[in-house]
Amino acid sequence: MGTDEENSALQLDLAKQLVRHLEAGQQDAAATVVRQLRIPYERDLFEELGKLTRDLHEALNSFRGDSRLIELTRDEIPDAKERLNYVVTMTEQATHRTLNAVDEAMPIAESLHDRSASLTEIWQRFRQRELSLDEFREFARALDNFFLASNEETEHLRSLMSEIMMAQDFQDLTGQIIRRVIRLVHEVEENLVGLVRLSSARMEVSKEAKPIASDTEAVATSHGPIVPNTHDVVADVVSGQDDVDALLSSLGF
Amino acid sequence: MKILIVDDFSTMRRIIKNLLRELGFNNTMEADDGSTALPMLKNGGFDFLVTDWNMPNMEGIDLLRAVRAEPSLKTLPVLMVTAEAKREQIVEAAQAGVNGYIVKPFTAETLKEKIDKIFERIEAP
Repeated sequence: MGTDEENSALQLDLAKQLVRHLEAGQQDAAATVVRQLRIPYERDLFEELGKLTRDLHEALNSFRGDSRLIELTRDEIPDAKERLNYVVTMTEQATHRTLNAVDEAMPIAESLHDRSASLTEIWQRFRQRELSLDEFREFARALDNFFLASNEETEHLRSLMSEIMMAQDFQDLTGQIIRRVIRLVHEVEENLVGLVRLSSARMEVSKEAKPIASDTEAVATSHGPIVPNTHDVVADVVSGQDDVDALLSSLGF
Repeated sequence: MKILIVDDFSTMRRIIKNLLRELGFNNTMEADDGSTALPMLKNGGFDFLVTDWNMPNMEGIDLLRAVRAEPSLKTLPVLMVTAEAKREQIVEAAQAGVNGYIVKPFTAETLKEKIDKIFERIEAP
């Protein structure tokens, strides 16, 4: 290469000048030559530094553009906290609903058990012919009452058990909300990994390609239960079954 | 009357199964999402479909569309039981040909009422 040869010749010439200046004891002139000798190397260094600065600037800019980290921390994370609070409230309500039904059912079951046990005892005495006529009359009355009451009370127990069953619907509803928060956590994680990778080239690339678990995969059209005090409330949502029925009937249902 | 219950939460499937049993429907089967439900439905024998919306792999709305696109299932009554509460979603389900729509949380009475209504309409000329 011509220029390389020219450069070498120039450098050689400068080196010779440097030797001459040094032999002659001309320190100032020698320093000037040393500065001239350095110029080509400094130019490379500055070019390299400039390139690095541009790369860094571009990387930061594109991260700012691509990353949802700002949006996530500003909007989504407070939203997710509200969702998790709602899950706590819902599970608490479901537990109280269940325990209330159990509190109501337990004395009924106990009383049915006690009365049937005491009637069984009298029945045994009747079978052994130990009952007087008066005692038998009283027993017959007690049986009548028991049959009547047990009919009502077992029906009450059935409805309480149904109540306990319906209270378990929280698992589905809170499960959907929690899965949504898991998707958010996953997204935050990916954005943080991006940030770390940007600041450290040693971050392993293989980790970024980690597949998303199937149950947290992005869902196309569904949204899950509406949670109060979150972004959900700005959406156009129905307030309950009556609202659904009204909407459907307006559509000709 | 053979009914297919589709929901990704087994707890909700059990609740619906129990409620249907209380209403006198003892012949029920379960599937955990649209993609497992569709082949079961295509194999035939089902008279009624109860499905959730928010499910992995194949959502309830896509299952509904697939059912309506299948000649042998075109008239199968479909009741949606879901937490999806946006108006546009309810309209979307109605346009896709749903027969009833229940939002979670729901009550046993609501389920009975909607099922009765669906059958009333089917039996009416």
